[in-house]
Amino acid sequence: MDLTVGPNFFFWPAEAVRAFYSDLAAAPVARVVLGELVCSKRLPFWQGEIPGAVETLLAAGKEVAVTSLALITLKRERKLTAELAGMGLPIEVNDLSALAHVPEGQPFWVGPLVNVYNEGTLRWLIRRGATRVCLPPELTLASIAVLARLGREEGVPVEVWGHGRLPLAISGRCYHARLHDRMKDSCQFVCGEDPDGRDVETLDGQPFLAVNGVQTLSQSTASMAHRVEALAEAGVASLRLSPQSQGFGQVCNGYADRLAGRVTAPTLETLLRPLVPGQRLSDGFPSGATGAAWSGAAAG
Amino acid sequence: MAINTFPRAGAEPVWHRALANAEQARADAVILADIGLLAHAAEHHPALRRHLSVQAAAANPDAINLYASAFGVRRVVLPRVLTVEEIAAINREIEVETEVFVFGGLCVMAEGRCSLSSYATGQSPNMNGVCSPASHVVYAEEGGDLAARLGGFTIHRTPKSAPAPYPTLCKGCFTSGPQTGHIFEDPVSLDATHLIPRLAKAGVRALKIEGRQRSRAYVAQVVRAFRAAVEAEAAGRPLPESALARLTEGQAATAGAYAKTWR
Repeated sequence: MDLTVGPNFFFWPAEAVRAFYSDLAAAPVARVVLGELVCSKRLPFWQGEIPGAVETLLAAGKEVAVTSLALITLKRERKLTAELAGMGLPIEVNDLSALAHVPEGQPFWVGPLVNVYNEGTLRWLIRRGATRVCLPPELTLASIAVLARLGREEGVPVEVWGHGRLPLAISGRCYHARLHDRMKDSCQFVCGEDPDGRDVETLDGQPFLAVNGVQTLSQSTASMAHRVEALAEAGVASLRLSPQSQGFGQVCNGYADRLAGRVTAPTLETLLRPLVPGQRLSDGFPSGATGAAWSGAAAG
Repeated sequence: MAINTFPRAGAEPVWHRALANAEQARADAVILADIGLLAHAAEHHPALRRHLSVQAAAANPDAINLYASAFGVRRVVLPRVLTVEEIAAINREIEVETEVFVFGGLCVMAEGRCSLSSYATGQSPNMNGVCSPASHVVYAEEGGDLAARLGGFTIHRTPKSAPAPYPTLCKGCFTSGPQTGHIFEDPVSLDATHLIPRLAKAGVRALKIEGRQRSRAYVAQVVRAFRAAVEAEAAGRPLPESALARLTEGQAATAGAYAKTWR
């Protein structure tokens, strides 16, 4: 297994984006997906950083792909998607409609926001040109094993969610704007105030979710720290690490050490806990439990 | 017939049998969401009319045209994240029929792309065909309140004397920083009755009324009211006063994303 870094979900200042990808060039990860996934309104503020980041990452020997938006509705967003296909990089499709802009025969990757739940769907996407597939986070280990096996037979690596707040939902409505009593069209980019999303608790103070503009995330950071052997056994080719604002280099190193057998699951857990927002971890989805469940030490 | 969950890996024959049963029972159409199942239906049941479920979240003409050309889909049920203007624009760029939700639950998230329910309960619309399932709901009287919990997470707290809405996850009352409230959506239902003329003008072919997990009496009453409204619209008469309000969740209704201010 190797490591893939997914697109950054959050709205960071251009300088922060530049520093992030410059650091990432030295990280022990095999590939990086970048680009705007969540909100097309944010893109003009940081898209100038993309060519430099791509160049730096390619020079460091990483494979690089560019993501589509998660929800494409506006004409401007469809045009943007068409432009991605001409960048000379594989597109990671995270809204199926992006496929309309990928010519037959041109390879593409499939991201975790496309519903790949079974062999029929995986086979159709491979026939259409998919060369890598990251499965949706809510799949159980049994499903992952079936799909990873088929991927191997077809020569298409199958990846799973390895680390990061879970992308649980995407909407037409902006919850950040709503929290500030604004409409989406006059949001004033308030999502930029929360570099890892804005926490949402229940009325009893239970940590629960986080909002990131039109996206809803888990408040816990999902981590496959304790499931590496099971996922390797299932034939998974790569773990996806989703960017967070603090300590991401250490996160990458921690998983690389874990995959290489240099550290145990509890050691990785101890490393990760102080690095992730709110120090909360989860890994319930692969076991078929609630997504929020945690199989490691208590205090999940 | 709706067969709009996503088949479980390793268990596809169960869903394939459901398709064969639908054809044998002479269903007029099947409503599907999964690419694999659509491909199977197009290959093995070509004469069975295929509609695209809202769970496929086809929210733009590119997506709809892709499903139409790849799988011969004839009608698409649009997600509840679009405005009426966007629906009209979509209809100008596609050949297939569109159907929109006008009454019932209001999904505020792109449908078929939401794992909130499984995060809290382990059961999701995509995998199990349920959202915020009653099997995982617990009510507790605490002080003067009735707390409603889903998978252990508190979704609502209502004074004992007040009507308590069902604890649908995205309609819950939560806290974020200094604010407490319905962060995603209020406990309201969708009622687009007054939009029928505009939806008709936007080229919408069919109106969808949510009937799943509803009583026969409810469905009969809602359908009757909408039939009257549709006939009035067709005859150029003013719409009858909506008699539906008391059937809506939390006794409150919204036109949802159909009005742009919702966002």
